[in-house]
Amino acid sequence: MSATNIDDPRVIEFDVRTDEMIINMGPQHPSTHGVLRLALRTDGEIVSDLEPHIGYLHRCAEKIGENLTARQFVPYTDRMDYLAAMNMNLGWALTIEKLLDHDVPEKGRHLRVLICEMNRIASHLVAMGTYGLDLGAFSPFLYAFRERERILDLFEKTCGARLTYSYIAPGGATADLPVGWTAECSKFINQFKKVIPEFHTLLTTNAIFIARTTGVGILSPRMAIDYGCTGPVLRGSGVYHDLRFHGEERYTELYDGYEFDVICADSETGKYPSSHQEVYKDGLEYPDVPSDAILGDCWHRFYVRMLEVVQSVRLVEQSIVKYDACSGSHGEPIKLTQKLPVGEAYLETEAPRGQMGFYVVSDGQSNPWRVRARSSCFSNLYVTAPLCRGVLLADVPAVVGSLDVVMGEIDR
Amino acid sequence: MSEIALVTQLKDKFGDGIVTVELAAIDAWVEVTASALIDVCEFLRDVEDYHYDMCNCITAIDYLHTDPKKAEKVDWAPHIELVYHLSSIATKKTLVIKVKIPRWKDEAAQQLPEIPSVAGVWTTAIWHEREVYDLSGVNFIGHPELKRILCPDDWEGYPLRKDYEMPLEYHGMRGR
Repeated sequence: MSATNIDDPRVIEFDVRTDEMIINMGPQHPSTHGVLRLALRTDGEIVSDLEPHIGYLHRCAEKIGENLTARQFVPYTDRMDYLAAMNMNLGWALTIEKLLDHDVPEKGRHLRVLICEMNRIASHLVAMGTYGLDLGAFSPFLYAFRERERILDLFEKTCGARLTYSYIAPGGATADLPVGWTAECSKFINQFKKVIPEFHTLLTTNAIFIARTTGVGILSPRMAIDYGCTGPVLRGSGVYHDLRFHGEERYTELYDGYEFDVICADSETGKYPSSHQEVYKDGLEYPDVPSDAILGDCWHRFYVRMLEVVQSVRLVEQSIVKYDACSGSHGEPIKLTQKLPVGEAYLETEAPRGQMGFYVVSDGQSNPWRVRARSSCFSNLYVTAPLCRGVLLADVPAVVGSLDVVMGEIDR
Repeated sequence: MSEIALVTQLKDKFGDGIVTVELAAIDAWVEVTASALIDVCEFLRDVEDYHYDMCNCITAIDYLHTDPKKAEKVDWAPHIELVYHLSSIATKKTLVIKVKIPRWKDEAAQQLPEIPSVAGVWTTAIWHEREVYDLSGVNFIGHPELKRILCPDDWEGYPLRKDYEMPLEYHGMRGR
Protein backbone atom coordinates (compact mmCIF):
# COMPACT_ATOMS: atom_id res chain seq x y z
CA MET A 1 0.00 0.00 0.00
CA SER A 2 1.27 3.38 -0.79
CA ALA A 3 1.40 6.11 1.79
CA THR A 4 -1.18 8.20 -0.09
CA ASN A 5 -3.90 5.86 1.11
CA ILE A 6 -3.25 6.79 4.71
CA ASP A 7 -6.43 8.77 4.99
CA ASP A 8 -8.54 6.06 3.43
CA PRO A 9 -10.49 4.48 6.34
CA ARG A 10 -10.79 1.19 4.48
CA VAL A 11 -7.05 0.69 4.59
CA ILE A 12 -6.06 -0.74 7.91
CA GLU A 13 -2.52 -1.79 7.00
CA PHE A 14 -0.03 0.47 5.38
CA ASP A 15 3.71 0.65 5.24
CA VAL A 16 3.93 -2.88 6.58
CA ARG A 17 7.05 -4.63 5.36
CA THR A 18 5.93 -7.66 3.47
CA ASP A 19 9.25 -8.79 2.09
CA GLU A 20 11.16 -11.76 3.45
CA MET A 21 13.07 -11.38 6.67
CA ILE A 22 16.18 -13.15 7.96
CA ILE A 23 15.91 -14.14 11.60
CA ASN A 24 18.79 -15.46 13.62
CA MET A 25 18.02 -18.12 16.23
CA GLY A 26 20.79 -19.16 18.59
CA PRO A 27 23.54 -20.06 19.35
CA GLN A 28 22.42 -18.89 22.80
CA HIS A 29 18.83 -20.03 22.64
CA PRO A 30 17.24 -22.42 25.13
CA SER A 31 15.35 -24.50 22.60
CA THR A 32 18.25 -25.13 20.25
CA HIS A 33 19.64 -27.70 22.71
CA GLY A 34 23.07 -26.23 23.04
CA VAL A 35 25.06 -24.02 20.75
CA LEU A 36 23.17 -24.49 17.52
CA ARG A 37 22.54 -21.46 15.36
CA LEU A 38 19.72 -21.42 12.86
CA ALA A 39 19.48 -18.76 10.20
CA LEU A 40 15.82 -18.57 9.25
CA ARG A 41 14.34 -16.89 6.20
CA THR A 42 10.76 -16.06 7.02
CA ASP A 43 7.83 -14.90 4.97
CA GLY A 44 5.49 -13.54 7.60
CA GLU A 45 5.16 -16.37 10.06
CA ILE A 46 6.09 -19.05 7.58
CA VAL A 47 9.67 -20.28 7.44
CA SER A 48 10.67 -20.37 3.79
CA ASP A 49 14.23 -21.54 4.34
CA LEU A 50 16.57 -22.48 7.12
CA GLU A 51 20.26 -23.08 7.45
CA PRO A 52 21.82 -24.66 10.52
CA HIS A 53 25.23 -23.32 11.51
CA ILE A 54 27.26 -25.69 13.63
CA GLY A 55 30.79 -25.89 14.96
CA TYR A 56 30.55 -23.72 18.07
CA LEU A 57 31.65 -26.67 20.19
CA HIS A 58 34.22 -28.02 17.75
CA ARG A 59 37.32 -29.38 19.48
CA CYS A 60 38.59 -31.60 16.69
CA ALA A 61 38.47 -34.72 18.82
CA GLU A 62 39.62 -36.67 15.76
CA LYS A 63 42.96 -34.85 15.73
CA ILE A 64 43.28 -35.28 19.49
CA GLY A 65 42.73 -39.01 18.97
CA GLU A 66 45.83 -39.18 16.75
CA ASN A 67 47.96 -37.95 19.64
CA LEU A 68 46.61 -40.28 22.32
CA THR A 69 46.53 -44.02 22.84
CA ALA A 70 43.30 -45.94 22.47
CA ARG A 71 42.75 -46.09 26.23
CA GLN A 72 43.55 -42.40 26.71
CA PHE A 73 40.93 -41.39 24.16
CA VAL A 74 38.04 -42.80 26.25
CA PRO A 75 37.38 -39.54 28.17
CA TYR A 76 37.13 -37.66 24.88
CA THR A 77 34.30 -39.94 23.78
CA ASP A 78 32.43 -38.97 26.96
CA ARG A 79 32.44 -35.40 25.82
CA MET A 80 30.83 -36.15 22.48
CA ASP A 81 27.31 -37.15 23.48
CA TYR A 82 27.55 -36.08 27.11
CA LEU A 83 23.97 -37.19 27.78
CA ALA A 84 24.79 -40.78 26.86
CA ALA A 85 28.48 -41.03 27.69
CA MET A 86 28.30 -44.73 28.53
CA ASN A 87 27.06 -45.48 25.03
CA MET A 88 29.88 -43.42 23.56
CA ASN A 89 32.42 -45.32 25.69
CA LEU A 90 30.92 -48.57 24.46
CA GLY A 91 31.16 -47.55 20.80
CA TRP A 92 34.85 -46.72 21.14
CA ALA A 93 35.59 -49.79 23.28
CA LEU A 94 33.98 -52.15 20.76
CA THR A 95 35.82 -50.55 17.85
CA ILE A 96 39.19 -51.00 19.54
CA GLU A 97 38.25 -54.54 20.56
CA LYS A 98 37.30 -55.23 16.95
CA LEU A 99 40.72 -54.07 15.81
CA LEU A 100 42.47 -56.06 18.54
CA ASP A 101 40.11 -59.04 18.08
CA HIS A 102 39.62 -59.04 21.83
CA ASP A 103 36.56 -60.55 23.49
CA VAL A 104 34.99 -59.52 26.75
CA PRO A 105 33.96 -62.13 29.34
CA GLU A 106 30.29 -62.99 29.88
CA LYS A 107 30.01 -60.89 33.02
CA GLY A 108 31.40 -57.84 31.24
CA ARG A 109 28.89 -58.31 28.44
CA HIS A 110 25.90 -58.16 30.80
CA LEU A 111 27.45 -55.28 32.68
CA ARG A 112 27.67 -53.34 29.43
CA VAL A 113 24.07 -54.04 28.48
CA LEU A 114 22.92 -53.04 31.96
CA ILE A 115 24.88 -49.79 32.05
CA CYS A 116 24.17 -48.76 28.48
CA GLU A 117 20.45 -49.35 28.73
CA MET A 118 20.33 -47.38 31.98
CA ASN A 119 22.05 -44.55 30.15
CA ARG A 120 19.58 -44.85 27.31
CA ILE A 121 16.74 -44.34 29.80
CA ALA A 122 18.50 -41.29 31.26
CA SER A 123 19.14 -39.88 27.80
CA HIS A 124 15.55 -40.37 26.60
CA LEU A 125 14.30 -38.76 29.82
CA VAL A 126 16.28 -35.62 28.98
CA ALA A 127 14.97 -35.75 25.42
CA MET A 128 11.42 -35.99 26.71
CA GLY A 129 11.80 -33.32 29.40
CA THR A 130 13.49 -30.76 27.20
CA TYR A 131 11.06 -31.41 24.38
CA GLY A 132 8.29 -30.39 26.76
CA LEU A 133 10.27 -27.26 27.59
CA ASP A 134 10.62 -26.43 23.89
CA LEU A 135 6.86 -26.51 23.56
CA GLY A 136 6.21 -24.52 26.71
CA ALA A 137 5.42 -27.34 29.13
CA PHE A 138 7.66 -26.96 32.16
CA SER A 139 6.41 -29.70 34.50
CA PRO A 140 7.47 -32.80 32.50
CA PHE A 141 11.04 -31.51 32.64
CA LEU A 142 11.03 -31.64 36.44
CA TYR A 143 9.52 -35.12 36.49
CA ALA A 144 12.07 -36.36 33.96
CA PHE A 145 15.04 -34.86 35.77
CA ARG A 146 13.89 -36.25 39.11
CA GLU A 147 14.14 -39.77 37.68
CA ARG A 148 17.31 -39.07 35.73
CA GLU A 149 18.96 -37.81 38.88
CA ARG A 150 18.48 -41.21 40.47
CA ILE A 151 20.13 -42.90 37.50
CA LEU A 152 23.04 -40.47 37.77
CA ASP A 153 23.29 -41.30 41.48
CA LEU A 154 23.61 -44.96 40.53
CA PHE A 155 26.26 -44.15 37.91
CA GLU A 156 28.15 -42.07 40.45
CA LYS A 157 28.47 -45.19 42.57
CA THR A 158 30.02 -47.15 39.69
CA CYS A 159 32.72 -44.68 38.65
CA GLY A 160 32.52 -41.48 40.67
CA ALA A 161 31.32 -39.29 37.81
CA ARG A 162 27.82 -38.10 37.11
CA LEU A 163 28.08 -37.17 33.46
CA THR A 164 31.43 -38.03 31.91
CA TYR A 165 31.98 -41.55 33.11
CA SER A 166 34.88 -43.11 31.14
CA TYR A 167 33.56 -46.29 32.73
CA ILE A 168 33.45 -48.71 29.82
CA ALA A 169 36.94 -49.01 28.38
CA PRO A 170 38.42 -51.14 25.59
CA GLY A 171 38.78 -54.62 27.09
CA GLY A 172 35.99 -54.34 29.63
CA ALA A 173 35.19 -51.75 32.25
CA THR A 174 37.39 -49.78 34.63
CA ALA A 175 35.81 -51.46 37.65
CA ASP A 176 33.22 -54.03 38.51
CA LEU A 177 29.87 -52.85 39.84
CA PRO A 178 29.96 -52.19 43.58
CA VAL A 179 28.44 -54.77 45.92
CA GLY A 180 24.70 -54.28 46.20
CA TRP A 181 24.50 -52.05 43.13
CA THR A 182 22.20 -54.35 41.16
CA ALA A 183 19.78 -54.54 44.10
CA GLU A 184 19.63 -50.74 44.21
CA CYS A 185 19.19 -50.68 40.47
CA SER A 186 16.24 -53.06 40.52
CA LYS A 187 14.71 -51.02 43.31
CA PHE A 188 14.97 -47.97 41.08
CA ILE A 189 13.53 -49.83 38.08
CA ASN A 190 10.54 -51.05 40.07
CA GLN A 191 9.82 -47.53 41.22
CA PHE A 192 10.51 -46.07 37.78
CA LYS A 193 8.04 -48.40 36.09
CA LYS A 194 5.27 -46.83 38.11
CA VAL A 195 6.33 -43.35 36.98
CA ILE A 196 6.31 -43.97 33.21
CA PRO A 197 2.50 -43.63 32.94
CA GLU A 198 2.87 -40.18 34.53
CA PHE A 199 4.98 -39.07 31.58
CA HIS A 200 2.32 -40.27 29.18
CA THR A 201 -0.31 -38.35 31.10
CA LEU A 202 1.87 -35.24 31.14
CA LEU A 203 2.88 -35.19 27.49
CA THR A 204 1.88 -38.06 25.20
CA THR A 205 -1.85 -37.61 25.74
CA ASN A 206 -1.77 -33.90 26.46
CA ALA A 207 -4.12 -32.15 24.01
CA ILE A 208 -1.85 -29.13 23.55
CA PHE A 209 1.19 -31.33 23.04
CA ILE A 210 -0.68 -33.39 20.45
CA ALA A 211 -1.83 -30.25 18.66
CA ARG A 212 1.71 -28.89 18.56
CA THR A 213 3.43 -32.06 17.34
CA THR A 214 1.08 -34.07 15.14
CA GLY A 215 1.38 -33.43 11.44
CA VAL A 216 4.44 -31.22 11.94
CA GLY A 217 7.79 -31.99 10.32
CA ILE A 218 6.81 -35.13 8.48
CA LEU A 219 9.82 -37.17 7.42
CA SER A 220 9.15 -39.87 4.86
CA PRO A 221 11.04 -43.17 5.20
CA ARG A 222 12.73 -42.68 1.85
CA MET A 223 13.93 -39.23 2.76
CA ALA A 224 15.07 -40.41 6.20
CA ILE A 225 17.35 -43.00 4.60
CA ASP A 226 18.58 -40.61 1.92
CA TYR A 227 19.51 -38.02 4.54
CA GLY A 228 21.29 -40.66 6.64
CA CYS A 229 18.94 -40.35 9.61
CA THR A 230 19.28 -43.07 12.21
CA GLY A 231 17.95 -44.06 15.60
CA PRO A 232 14.54 -42.88 16.82
CA VAL A 233 14.36 -40.38 13.95
CA LEU A 234 14.55 -43.21 11.41
CA ARG A 235 12.26 -45.52 13.35
CA GLY A 236 9.76 -42.70 13.89
CA SER A 237 9.32 -42.76 10.12
CA GLY A 238 8.41 -46.43 10.23
CA VAL A 239 11.73 -47.92 9.10
CA TYR A 240 12.43 -51.18 10.87
CA HIS A 241 16.10 -50.80 11.67
CA ASP A 242 17.86 -51.08 15.01
CA LEU A 243 21.53 -51.97 15.20
CA ARG A 244 20.94 -53.95 18.38
CA PHE A 245 19.23 -56.39 16.00
CA HIS A 246 20.70 -55.55 12.63
CA GLY A 247 24.18 -54.36 13.46
CA GLU A 248 27.49 -56.08 13.29
CA GLU A 249 27.96 -59.38 15.08
CA ARG A 250 30.39 -57.94 17.60
CA TYR A 251 27.66 -55.57 18.73
CA THR A 252 24.54 -57.72 18.39
CA GLU A 253 26.11 -60.58 20.35
CA LEU A 254 26.00 -58.30 23.39
CA TYR A 255 22.24 -58.65 23.22
CA ASP A 256 22.20 -62.40 22.59
CA GLY A 257 19.59 -64.07 24.75
CA TYR A 258 17.78 -60.83 25.55
CA GLU A 259 14.14 -60.28 24.74
CA PHE A 260 13.10 -56.87 23.49
CA ASP A 261 11.45 -55.24 20.51
CA VAL A 262 12.46 -52.76 17.88
CA ILE A 263 10.13 -49.82 18.43
CA CYS A 264 8.72 -49.01 15.04
CA ALA A 265 5.20 -48.68 13.71
CA ASP A 266 4.12 -51.62 11.60
CA SER A 267 4.20 -50.60 7.96
CA GLU A 268 0.77 -52.08 7.27
CA THR A 269 -1.28 -51.64 10.44
CA GLY A 270 0.54 -48.56 11.77
CA LYS A 271 0.52 -50.15 15.23
CA TYR A 272 3.47 -50.16 17.60
CA PRO A 273 4.61 -53.44 19.21
CA SER A 274 2.54 -54.17 22.27
CA SER A 275 5.21 -55.86 24.36
CA HIS A 276 5.42 -52.83 26.65
CA GLN A 277 2.03 -53.90 27.97
CA GLU A 278 3.57 -57.11 29.26
CA VAL A 279 5.81 -55.07 31.52
CA TYR A 280 2.65 -53.93 33.25
CA LYS A 281 0.92 -57.13 34.13
CA ASP A 282 -2.03 -55.24 35.61
CA GLY A 283 -3.16 -54.34 32.11
CA LEU A 284 -2.26 -50.67 32.12
CA GLU A 285 -3.68 -48.87 29.13
CA TYR A 286 -1.22 -47.16 26.84
CA PRO A 287 -2.25 -44.15 24.82
CA ASP A 288 -3.37 -44.83 21.28
CA VAL A 289 -1.81 -43.02 18.37
CA PRO A 290 -3.81 -39.78 17.97
CA SER A 291 -5.94 -39.64 14.84
CA ASP A 292 -4.09 -36.51 13.65
CA ALA A 293 -0.66 -38.10 13.86
CA ILE A 294 1.02 -38.94 10.56
CA LEU A 295 3.82 -41.49 10.48
CA GLY A 296 7.13 -39.64 10.56
CA ASP A 297 5.92 -36.49 12.31
CA CYS A 298 7.25 -35.01 15.55
CA TRP A 299 4.75 -36.90 17.67
CA HIS A 300 5.88 -40.27 16.32
CA ARG A 301 9.55 -39.50 16.92
CA PHE A 302 8.68 -38.56 20.48
CA TYR A 303 6.54 -41.65 21.00
CA VAL A 304 9.26 -43.99 19.72
CA ARG A 305 11.57 -42.69 22.46
CA MET A 306 8.90 -43.10 25.09
CA LEU A 307 8.35 -46.73 24.12
CA GLU A 308 12.09 -47.37 23.89
CA VAL A 309 12.36 -46.41 27.53
CA VAL A 310 10.08 -49.35 28.37
CA GLN A 311 12.18 -51.69 26.22
CA SER A 312 15.28 -50.49 28.06
CA VAL A 313 13.54 -51.22 31.36
CA ARG A 314 12.93 -54.76 30.11
CA LEU A 315 16.57 -55.10 29.10
CA VAL A 316 17.83 -53.75 32.42
CA GLU A 317 15.64 -56.21 34.32
CA GLN A 318 16.96 -59.12 32.27
CA SER A 319 20.56 -57.99 32.48
CA ILE A 320 20.44 -57.68 36.27
CA VAL A 321 19.40 -61.33 36.51
CA LYS A 322 22.05 -62.41 34.01
CA TYR A 323 24.77 -60.29 35.58
CA ASP A 324 24.05 -61.60 39.09
CA ALA A 325 24.26 -65.18 37.80
CA CYS A 326 27.78 -64.60 36.41
CA SER A 327 30.99 -64.93 38.32
CA GLY A 328 34.59 -64.19 37.44
CA SER A 329 36.07 -61.15 35.76
CA HIS A 330 34.12 -58.29 34.22
CA GLY A 331 36.97 -57.76 31.76
CA GLU A 332 40.15 -55.84 32.49
CA PRO A 333 40.76 -52.74 30.36
CA ILE A 334 43.67 -52.85 27.93
CA LYS A 335 47.01 -51.34 28.93
CA LEU A 336 47.40 -47.60 28.66
CA THR A 337 50.06 -47.95 25.98
CA GLN A 338 48.64 -51.04 24.28
CA LYS A 339 49.97 -51.23 20.71
CA LEU A 340 47.31 -51.52 18.04
CA PRO A 341 47.79 -53.96 15.17
CA VAL A 342 48.20 -52.58 11.65
CA GLY A 343 44.78 -52.32 10.09
CA GLU A 344 41.54 -50.50 10.40
CA ALA A 345 38.16 -51.12 11.94
CA TYR A 346 34.80 -49.39 11.73
CA LEU A 347 31.92 -50.17 14.01
CA GLU A 348 28.56 -48.57 14.61
CA THR A 349 26.49 -48.94 17.73
CA GLU A 350 22.92 -47.96 18.48
CA ALA A 351 23.33 -44.99 20.78
CA PRO A 352 20.18 -43.30 22.11
CA ARG A 353 20.34 -40.67 19.37
CA GLY A 354 21.15 -42.97 16.49
CA GLN A 355 24.02 -44.87 15.00
CA MET A 356 27.29 -43.77 16.50
CA GLY A 357 30.24 -45.02 14.49
CA PHE A 358 33.92 -45.04 15.31
CA TYR A 359 36.61 -45.65 12.75
CA VAL A 360 40.19 -46.27 13.75
CA VAL A 361 43.17 -46.71 11.43
CA SER A 362 46.41 -47.97 12.91
CA ASP A 363 49.95 -48.23 11.58
CA GLY A 364 51.11 -50.45 14.44
CA GLN A 365 51.82 -47.78 17.06
CA SER A 366 49.88 -47.28 20.26
CA ASN A 367 48.54 -43.99 18.91
CA PRO A 368 46.07 -44.53 16.08
CA TRP A 369 47.01 -43.08 12.69
CA ARG A 370 43.52 -41.73 12.25
CA VAL A 371 40.43 -41.60 14.40
CA ARG A 372 37.01 -40.82 13.01
CA ALA A 373 33.73 -40.42 14.83
CA ARG A 374 30.57 -40.75 12.79
CA SER A 375 28.02 -38.68 14.63
CA SER A 376 24.37 -39.65 14.44
CA CYS A 377 23.11 -36.16 15.31
CA PHE A 378 25.26 -34.67 12.53
CA SER A 379 23.23 -36.51 9.91
CA ASN A 380 19.97 -36.13 11.82
CA LEU A 381 20.38 -32.37 12.08
CA TYR A 382 20.91 -31.97 8.35
CA VAL A 383 17.31 -32.96 7.76
CA THR A 384 15.98 -29.93 9.72
CA ALA A 385 16.25 -27.66 6.69
CA PRO A 386 13.86 -29.62 4.47
CA LEU A 387 11.59 -30.42 7.44
CA CYS A 388 11.25 -26.77 8.44
CA ARG A 389 10.50 -25.38 4.99
CA GLY A 390 6.92 -24.19 5.06
CA VAL A 391 6.25 -24.62 8.78
CA LEU A 392 5.30 -21.85 11.17
CA LEU A 393 8.10 -20.07 12.98
CA ALA A 394 6.80 -21.39 16.31
CA ASP A 395 7.06 -24.95 14.99
CA VAL A 396 10.80 -24.75 14.37
CA PRO A 397 11.60 -25.63 18.03
CA ALA A 398 9.09 -28.48 17.75
CA VAL A 399 10.96 -29.94 14.77
CA VAL A 400 14.48 -29.37 16.14
CA GLY A 401 13.47 -30.73 19.56
CA SER A 402 11.96 -33.86 18.05
CA LEU A 403 15.31 -34.67 16.41
CA ASP A 404 16.92 -34.57 19.88
CA VAL A 405 20.34 -33.29 18.92
CA VAL A 406 23.33 -32.93 21.23
CA MET A 407 25.80 -30.38 19.96
CA GLY A 408 28.79 -31.98 21.66
CA GLU A 409 28.35 -34.95 19.38
CA ILE A 410 27.72 -32.94 16.21
CA ASP A 411 30.73 -30.68 16.61
CA ARG A 412 33.05 -33.23 18.23
CA MET B 1 31.80 -64.25 1.84
CA SER B 2 28.63 -62.96 0.33
CA GLU B 3 30.44 -60.03 -1.24
CA ILE B 4 32.21 -62.24 -3.79
CA ALA B 5 29.20 -62.21 -6.10
CA LEU B 6 29.00 -58.44 -5.83
CA VAL B 7 32.69 -58.01 -6.56
CA THR B 8 32.37 -60.16 -9.68
CA GLN B 9 29.54 -57.94 -10.86
CA LEU B 10 31.57 -54.82 -10.12
CA LYS B 11 34.60 -56.11 -12.01
CA ASP B 12 32.49 -57.12 -15.00
CA LYS B 13 30.80 -53.77 -15.15
CA PHE B 14 33.60 -51.36 -14.35
CA GLY B 15 36.76 -53.24 -15.34
CA ASP B 16 39.72 -50.93 -14.69
CA GLY B 17 37.57 -48.74 -12.45
CA ILE B 18 38.05 -51.31 -9.69
CA VAL B 19 41.64 -51.11 -8.45
CA THR B 20 41.90 -53.49 -5.49
CA VAL B 21 39.51 -55.78 -3.67
CA GLU B 22 40.27 -56.82 -0.11
CA LEU B 23 37.60 -59.12 1.26
CA ALA B 24 39.80 -60.63 3.99
CA ALA B 25 40.22 -57.34 5.87
CA ILE B 26 38.34 -56.70 9.12
CA ASP B 27 35.88 -54.69 7.05
CA ALA B 28 35.81 -55.83 3.43
CA TRP B 29 36.79 -52.97 1.13
CA VAL B 30 36.96 -52.20 -2.56
CA GLU B 31 39.25 -49.55 -3.99
CA VAL B 32 37.98 -47.72 -7.04
CA THR B 33 39.38 -44.96 -9.23
CA ALA B 34 38.17 -41.39 -8.72
CA SER B 35 36.72 -41.28 -12.23
CA ALA B 36 34.60 -44.40 -11.68
CA LEU B 37 33.43 -43.37 -8.19
CA ILE B 38 30.01 -41.91 -9.00
CA ASP B 39 29.03 -44.72 -11.35
CA VAL B 40 30.13 -47.33 -8.82
CA CYS B 41 28.19 -45.60 -6.04
CA GLU B 42 25.04 -45.32 -8.12
CA PHE B 43 25.39 -48.97 -9.07
CA LEU B 44 25.87 -50.00 -5.43
CA ARG B 45 22.86 -48.00 -4.29
CA ASP B 46 20.53 -49.67 -6.78
CA VAL B 47 22.08 -53.11 -7.24
CA GLU B 48 19.75 -55.98 -6.58
CA ASP B 49 20.22 -58.03 -3.37
CA TYR B 50 22.54 -55.40 -1.84
CA HIS B 51 20.98 -51.92 -2.07
CA TYR B 52 23.52 -49.83 -0.21
CA ASP B 53 20.94 -47.13 0.39
CA MET B 54 22.69 -45.40 3.28
CA CYS B 55 26.01 -43.60 3.27
CA ASN B 56 27.06 -43.81 6.91
CA CYS B 57 30.33 -41.99 6.87
CA ILE B 58 32.84 -40.30 4.58
CA THR B 59 36.39 -40.02 5.88
CA ALA B 60 39.64 -38.72 4.46
CA ILE B 61 42.90 -40.13 5.75
CA ASP B 62 46.09 -38.19 5.15
CA TYR B 63 49.05 -40.46 4.51
CA LEU B 64 52.16 -38.39 5.08
CA HIS B 65 55.14 -38.70 7.39
CA THR B 66 56.46 -35.26 8.26
CA ASP B 67 59.60 -36.91 9.64
CA PRO B 68 61.84 -37.83 6.65
CA LYS B 69 63.37 -40.78 8.55
CA LYS B 70 59.95 -42.33 9.06
CA ALA B 71 58.94 -41.53 5.50
CA GLU B 72 61.85 -43.64 4.22
CA LYS B 73 60.63 -46.71 6.04
CA VAL B 74 57.10 -46.86 4.66
CA ASP B 75 56.15 -48.44 1.36
CA TRP B 76 53.67 -45.78 0.29
CA ALA B 77 54.04 -42.38 -1.30
CA PRO B 78 52.18 -39.50 0.36
CA HIS B 79 48.52 -39.47 -0.64
CA ILE B 80 45.01 -38.96 0.67
CA GLU B 81 42.63 -41.86 0.99
CA LEU B 82 38.89 -41.29 0.98
CA VAL B 83 36.84 -43.94 2.72
CA TYR B 84 33.10 -44.35 2.19
CA HIS B 85 31.30 -46.55 4.69
CA LEU B 86 28.09 -47.79 3.15
CA SER B 87 25.32 -49.87 4.60
CA SER B 88 21.92 -51.04 3.61
CA ILE B 89 18.70 -50.62 5.53
CA ALA B 90 16.97 -53.07 3.22
CA THR B 91 19.49 -55.92 3.34
CA LYS B 92 21.53 -54.95 6.47
CA LYS B 93 24.81 -55.42 4.55
CA THR B 94 27.84 -53.16 4.81
CA LEU B 95 30.65 -52.28 2.41
CA VAL B 96 33.65 -49.96 2.38
CA ILE B 97 34.71 -48.05 -0.73
CA LYS B 98 38.13 -46.44 -0.92
CA VAL B 99 39.59 -43.93 -3.35
CA LYS B 100 43.20 -42.78 -3.41
CA ILE B 101 43.96 -39.25 -4.58
CA PRO B 102 47.10 -37.09 -4.46
CA ARG B 103 47.55 -34.67 -1.55
CA TRP B 104 47.49 -31.62 -3.82
CA LYS B 105 46.33 -30.93 -7.32
CA ASP B 106 49.10 -28.36 -7.49
CA GLU B 107 51.06 -28.06 -4.30
CA ALA B 108 52.88 -24.83 -5.21
CA ALA B 109 49.59 -23.06 -5.89
CA GLN B 110 47.94 -24.77 -2.89
CA GLN B 111 45.25 -26.19 -5.16
CA LEU B 112 43.22 -28.83 -3.39
CA PRO B 113 42.99 -32.36 -4.81
CA GLU B 114 39.77 -33.11 -6.62
CA ILE B 115 37.27 -35.93 -6.46
CA PRO B 116 33.71 -36.18 -7.80
CA SER B 117 31.03 -35.53 -5.21
CA VAL B 118 28.58 -38.32 -4.36
CA ALA B 119 26.01 -35.81 -3.07
CA GLY B 120 23.78 -36.73 -5.99
CA VAL B 121 23.75 -40.37 -4.93
CA TRP B 122 23.10 -39.91 -1.21
CA THR B 123 21.91 -36.51 0.02
CA THR B 124 23.54 -37.05 3.42
CA ALA B 125 26.92 -36.81 1.66
CA ILE B 126 26.47 -33.04 1.29
CA TRP B 127 27.32 -32.40 4.93
CA HIS B 128 29.82 -35.24 5.20
CA GLU B 129 31.74 -33.89 2.20
CA ARG B 130 31.64 -30.39 3.62
CA GLU B 131 33.25 -31.75 6.76
CA VAL B 132 35.95 -33.56 4.79
CA TYR B 133 36.61 -30.38 2.78
CA ASP B 134 36.76 -28.36 6.00
CA LEU B 135 39.07 -30.63 7.98
CA SER B 136 41.09 -32.52 5.37
CA GLY B 137 41.08 -30.20 2.37
CA VAL B 138 39.55 -32.15 -0.49
CA ASN B 139 37.70 -30.41 -3.30
CA PHE B 140 34.49 -32.24 -4.18
CA ILE B 141 33.61 -31.52 -7.81
CA GLY B 142 29.89 -31.06 -8.33
CA HIS B 143 29.08 -30.39 -4.68
CA PRO B 144 26.16 -27.91 -4.32
CA GLU B 145 27.65 -25.73 -1.56
CA LEU B 146 31.21 -26.60 -0.69
CA LYS B 147 32.17 -24.42 2.27
CA ARG B 148 33.50 -24.91 5.77
CA ILE B 149 31.12 -26.44 8.27
CA LEU B 150 32.80 -26.96 11.65
CA CYS B 151 35.58 -24.38 11.45
CA PRO B 152 34.81 -20.66 10.94
CA ASP B 153 34.67 -19.48 7.32
CA ASP B 154 37.92 -17.55 7.61
CA TRP B 155 39.91 -20.43 9.12
CA GLU B 156 43.16 -21.22 7.37
CA GLY B 157 44.52 -24.66 6.71
CA TYR B 158 43.09 -28.14 7.07
CA PRO B 159 43.41 -29.44 10.65
CA LEU B 160 43.32 -33.17 9.92
CA ARG B 161 46.26 -33.01 7.53
CA LYS B 162 49.41 -34.43 9.05
CA ASP B 163 51.48 -31.34 8.24
CA TYR B 164 48.91 -28.94 9.73
CA GLU B 165 50.28 -26.36 12.09
CA MET B 166 48.08 -24.80 14.71
CA PRO B 167 47.80 -21.02 14.14
CA LEU B 168 49.56 -18.92 16.76
CA GLU B 169 46.88 -16.30 16.71
CA TYR B 170 43.26 -16.05 15.57
CA HIS B 171 41.40 -12.72 15.82
CA GLY B 172 43.46 -11.69 18.82
CA MET B 173 43.10 -15.06 20.57
CA ARG B 174 46.28 -16.90 21.41
CA GLY B 175 46.59 -20.27 19.68
CA ARG B 176 48.88 -22.03 22.08
